[in-house]
Amino acid sequence: MLGLIVEAIILGILTGGVYALMASGLTLVFGVMNIINVGQGALVILGAYLSYFLEQQLHIDLFLGLLLTMPFMFGLGLLIEFFFIRPIKRDRTMFSILVTFGVALIIEGILNIIFSANPVQLSAWYITGSFPVGGFNIFDFHVGSFYLGYIYVFGFLLAVVLLGGLYLLVYRTKFGFALRASMQNRTAAELIGIDVERVSTITFGIGIALAAAGGMAYGATNLFNAGSAYDLISRLLAIIIFGGMGSLSGALIASLGMLVIEDVTTVVWSPSWATTVFFILLVVILLLRPQGLLGKVEVRKQ
Amino acid sequence: MRMFKETSLIFSRQLDRVETLGRYTIVRRYGKMVGLLALLAIAIVFPLVFSNSEETGIALFALIFAAAVTGWNIFSGYTGYISLGHAAYFGTGAYALAIICQVWNVPAGYTPFLFVPVAGLVAAVLAVPVGWIALRVRRHTFVVITIAIFFIFQLLAINLTEQYTTTGSLNLPIPVDWTGDFYNIPFYYASLILLLVAIAISWWVRNSKYGLGLLAIRDDEDRALGLGVKTVPSKLAAFVISAFIVGMAGAIWAYYVFVIYPPTAFDATFDVAFVLMAFLGGVGTISGPILGALLLESTQQYFTSVLTQNGGYYLIAYGALFLAVILLLPRGIIPTLSERWARYQVSRHQSLQEHDAIVTALPTPDGVAENVERKEGINL
Repeated sequence: MLGLIVEAIILGILTGGVYALMASGLTLVFGVMNIINVGQGALVILGAYLSYFLEQQLHIDLFLGLLLTMPFMFGLGLLIEFFFIRPIKRDRTMFSILVTFGVALIIEGILNIIFSANPVQLSAWYITGSFPVGGFNIFDFHVGSFYLGYIYVFGFLLAVVLLGGLYLLVYRTKFGFALRASMQNRTAAELIGIDVERVSTITFGIGIALAAAGGMAYGATNLFNAGSAYDLISRLLAIIIFGGMGSLSGALIASLGMLVIEDVTTVVWSPSWATTVFFILLVVILLLRPQGLLGKVEVRKQ
Repeated sequence: MRMFKETSLIFSRQLDRVETLGRYTIVRRYGKMVGLLALLAIAIVFPLVFSNSEETGIALFALIFAAAVTGWNIFSGYTGYISLGHAAYFGTGAYALAIICQVWNVPAGYTPFLFVPVAGLVAAVLAVPVGWIALRVRRHTFVVITIAIFFIFQLLAINLTEQYTTTGSLNLPIPVDWTGDFYNIPFYYASLILLLVAIAISWWVRNSKYGLGLLAIRDDEDRALGLGVKTVPSKLAAFVISAFIVGMAGAIWAYYVFVIYPPTAFDATFDVAFVLMAFLGGVGTISGPILGALLLESTQQYFTSVLTQNGGYYLIAYGALFLAVILLLPRGIIPTLSERWARYQVSRHQSLQEHDAIVTALPTPDGVAENVERKEGINL
């Protein structure tokens, strides 16, 4: 039993990294632009389908394909920001939720028409292949060996690389400086000469490019169709509320926590209640800390 | 002409808040009442004229959604807290009626309609803890939490249905006596009654001191609190009232479709639909959500009957319409039109004659003075 739990924890951390990838885009965009992109789920699925298309039609390796899909999604993000987010003149946060919901519906419709509603999964040697791990001792307790799919490790590594890159971008570059300044105080950032609009647009693009990468890793480990977007967005929203909206490290902790809790619940109780346990935990957290784990307390807005 | 003006002045003195508004106000007040009665009459005779089951089917869906959106509007429209999770109470109402009918062996026919308020009550009771948790936060966090809570409800429905049924669905009694085109008629009138109840509640809230408190919360919650509005119980009460109405709408819907599955009863597109309909017509007004629902639901039902082969086109059309409404008409049809109308009237009065009292603060059809500056209908 404990062996299974350890296995579940390892698996949870590995898949949690992928969710962190998707959620970090969401929470970053919220932090800078004060908008909530509820279309993130649909965009993740779009990313997964793009990888699926490249792999099926052009036989491009999934990870190499990201070099194509991520710039494409970045551009798509710029377009969405320019045409749909920027025209919102007032009540940005609220209207952004509605507008991105509309975008998500359109994407879902297009995907339904092109790829039909039959669930598909990405395929590659590292998705079907697996390697044995385990057979080691933790605190005098023997963990039996089990097989772990390469894709989980690769997906986690992808997440580490991209999140590391994101960290460097946010904390080590001039753009990152501008980004954090816009996050802290939009007006002040504008006053010291930062083009907040431009920063916002690029941030939105980055958030969606991250969704493309997350989508590939998601599509490699799950059956998906256009409708999977709903399941995804509910999880992603739960993650960013749990971690505190706008907090990158909060999103990271929450996604790892969510997936570990889910996988452990699957083992010790039942797979159908796995998500429920996380949601109950979310409610408890909200009762104790309405702003989420690492969120800032809301101050009165004038 | 002169006579009429004098009588109109006498009349207008009896009207509250009006000093010398001239005949136009009276014509409009009575005109409005006559118009409403005419609309009601049209709604009542509609199924007698268009008795085809397809037409009454579309009409009754429009009525159910009009009632649900009116319910949504009592909370979200008046307080400015946009809930994107009210489909949870729609589903709860649907499930409650289905379970009541199964457990108590309710026979088909008119009796299940009697349990519709009970189903609404179940939804309302469930809304109390949910509202209590969700209303601890404001603005966008609230929106996101309502979405998350909706998905919790959906998940629970899926898991519990799997656990307690073998088919993954719940069945309601089917009224076999109602044959042919008559089948829709009882549902139509039940929905109409529900809509009237919803409108009555909405009207009462809008015109009561309690509703004024809700509007104050929408405009500035902290200031409202400072002025003595009990914001927390007010918001929670509005939340529960709206869940009650939405739950009843869900119950009637469930009885009409007679087999409910978790994804159809707890449908995320209903969440969007409520918001979209309200925004289309005008959030926070009484008539706006009804107009939005009638327009949108009937076109939607029509489209689904025409475009049956692939849901994709429907989703694209819906999403595009959604974007167009939010970006081009963010205030909704009713507020936009009534503002135009008020401006037109002011300019006409000014150009018509100087001695006819010029209206300074012309009330819009919803009774809000136009020259009073106020924030738009969303709580930020």
